[in-house]
Amino acid sequence: MQVGLTHFLVVSALLFCLGLYAMLSRRNAVAILMGIELMLNAANINLVAFNKYVAPAALNGQVFALVVITLAACEAGVGLALVMAAYRNLETVHVDEINVMKW
Amino acid sequence: MGELAAFIILSAITLASAVVVVTSGNIVRSALSLVPTFLGVTGLYILLQAEFVAGIQVLIYAGAITVLILFVIMLTEGGTGLRVRQTNEQVPLSILAAAVLAVLLVGVLAQAPWPRAAELLPQYTASGIGEALLTNLVLVFEVTSLVLLVALMGAIIVARRER
Repeated sequence: MQVGLTHFLVVSALLFCLGLYAMLSRRNAVAILMGIELMLNAANINLVAFNKYVAPAALNGQVFALVVITLAACEAGVGLALVMAAYRNLETVHVDEINVMKW
Repeated sequence: MGELAAFIILSAITLASAVVVVTSGNIVRSALSLVPTFLGVTGLYILLQAEFVAGIQVLIYAGAITVLILFVIMLTEGGTGLRVRQTNEQVPLSILAAAVLAVLLVGVLAQAPWPRAAELLPQYTASGIGEALLTNLVLVFEVTSLVLLVALMGAIIVARRER
């Protein structure tokens, strides 16, 4: 049996659902960011797999995956900076305890 | 046959450590489990002949982002204790949502007729990616670097201790 496009898509779908579960059920903001990273990884697997199996000539999928990795790094940096700022002001990183709109 | 075995092993590593990431009650263990997850995804990229993306994945995800996450966990010590409840009261609903989405996605993906290209990937993709980034996709490249710069400054300003 050959490894096909569907195999990679199924793995990435399962990874995406695990990330979704982390996002919905975690209290710690850092753990929520980890869930987002898992979901971005799932999207990247899809992009690279489609690049190989559907449009191999253009390499656009891999370039797009690189852009997504870059933006994920930006998102992690800014998100973690926001977590730090929230922790300094509110003394907590648990998102269900952060319930003020204005300080 | 060997390809299938490699695929199964790599996806098992990826998914098993991702399960640890999302279910562990210890947040440090979750963060460290991100490393095998990202390395498993790297293996999948190599299986897909995307060696440049695989290298960048190791450098940025397994290297930088995991270290950044660990640093923030250490700096916000309120989150590290084992006795702190790590999940909110939405756990059953979250499991339901994730399971429904998984069943839906796998069901749709398994029977969707994907178009198949006849040609193959070039032997080395790194040079092709570099060429694409500096010719057809140069706008994407420049805008991405601008976003990186803005995110860098924003992160410094937000995280800086005031006064």
